[in-house]
Amino acid sequence: MDHAAGRPIDPRVLEAMLPYMKSLYGNPSSIHSFGQEARQAIEEARTKVAELINAESEESIIFTSGATESNNMAIKGFAHRNKNQGRHIITSSIEHMSILNPCKFLTTKGFTVTFLPVNQYGFVNLTSLEEELTSETILVSIMYANGEIGTIQPIKEISQIIHRKNAYLHVDATAANGQIPIDINNEGIDLLTVSSNDMSGPKGVGALYIKKGVRLEPLIHGGGQERALRSGTENLPGVVGLGKASETAKKEMPAESKPLKKLRDKLIKGLLDPVPHSFLNGPPTKRLPNNAAVRYSFIEGESILLDLDMKGVAASSGSACTAKTLEPSHVLRAIGLKHEEAHGSLLFTLGRQNTEEEVDYVIRIMPEIVKRLREMSPLTPEGLME
Amino acid sequence: MYSEKVMEHFRNPRNMGEIPDADGVGTVGNPVCGDMMTVYIKVKDNRIDDIRFKTFGCGAAIATSSMVTELAKGKTLEEAKKIGRSDVAASLDGLPKVKMHCSNLAADALHAAIEDYEKHKGTKR
Repeated sequence: MDHAAGRPIDPRVLEAMLPYMKSLYGNPSSIHSFGQEARQAIEEARTKVAELINAESEESIIFTSGATESNNMAIKGFAHRNKNQGRHIITSSIEHMSILNPCKFLTTKGFTVTFLPVNQYGFVNLTSLEEELTSETILVSIMYANGEIGTIQPIKEISQIIHRKNAYLHVDATAANGQIPIDINNEGIDLLTVSSNDMSGPKGVGALYIKKGVRLEPLIHGGGQERALRSGTENLPGVVGLGKASETAKKEMPAESKPLKKLRDKLIKGLLDPVPHSFLNGPPTKRLPNNAAVRYSFIEGESILLDLDMKGVAASSGSACTAKTLEPSHVLRAIGLKHEEAHGSLLFTLGRQNTEEEVDYVIRIMPEIVKRLREMSPLTPEGLME
Repeated sequence: MYSEKVMEHFRNPRNMGEIPDADGVGTVGNPVCGDMMTVYIKVKDNRIDDIRFKTFGCGAAIATSSMVTELAKGKTLEEAKKIGRSDVAASLDGLPKVKMHCSNLAADALHAAIEDYEKHKGTKR
């Protein structure tokens, strides 16, 4: 139940990709029929990605090497190209590192960046967004949803505020795409990052939606592929896989969302109700349908994970990315959790493969795991109150 | 990422618990860092007669606590003082590099417990 960190590739996606790894090896830029076959496959994939997010034309989709590159391209590409309009960028304090670090990098290149605070549920404060927007602000980057705590941002309201001040909106949809419907027209999104592996597509490929009229500087110069915005021979099997994953997600999302939410709510309730001093991370509503994030006082996340792992359950402690640094996740800190609260956090992300039996199993074993670790812990409710 | 020995101690920690009438108690770390441990010792004829631990922390923190109690039990205080962090890690067939600093506090907790005992020796606790 750790689908946010890595999910199995959908067999139908793999099936669609295989021919392009074997017999269909044409270079999409070649004139001959092998090349044209490849070109057609890429353009079909582009249409499918565009349809997933209701983009007005498939031409607005650029393929990249993944969400990290898309985010870098959106932030740095936009900033460099539009610096004559202003040098101020706004983002939130719970973005992915591939947003936060490009933004921090830009502060060394003459830009100023505002990192907006969020409330206890992870929602961006719309009043502070409005207050921070100045005539110097060129870009605001807010994630569609947060994969660690499940929060779905009010993107439409955010875009209205931003557009009133003539700034542009980039949205990182990594955790959201394939989970919830995205409509870039209705929601007023200018740039949007699409991730492949977060919707059971292959790794190493992603996309960036660029609204007509929005200008970016390329990060990668070369042979002029992808409208000269992203040079380099296209990752043909990857792009075809992302196209198929987008198509599958678009088709199956409506039917999958309801049972997934039911499963999520059962899991959350089962994780929290029988255990005292346990809490939900993130909002009770406006939450990703696959996200169950909880925390237990007096014990530490990694030891819970190890216990779960021994019983055959894979989960994540806060963020798979922060495991390297041992620092509690910046997202959990940003929603106001103390270090020791963040340390006891646990994240389950469900996928379509998870069954109700599996959820029942996790619910059954969790109270014992917490009990065992709490017996070992020198921390107690009394100690906490002192 | 962990050795089989670390996992074995994590699964079946030795000497877990408290000693209510301990002769020495040492606590190191704090919950803010994500690791905190308390070691309790009972001393008889200058030897560690009984030793227990309580730990809040990751797998490495729990395994090193368990291991240090095993290494120290029955040792003289002088011998126990010589048990260092690297001895604990080596007895567990090593620890991941990132865990060597924060989560390898068990030897420090043992030393703190011995120091506590020596400070209060002869006084009624």
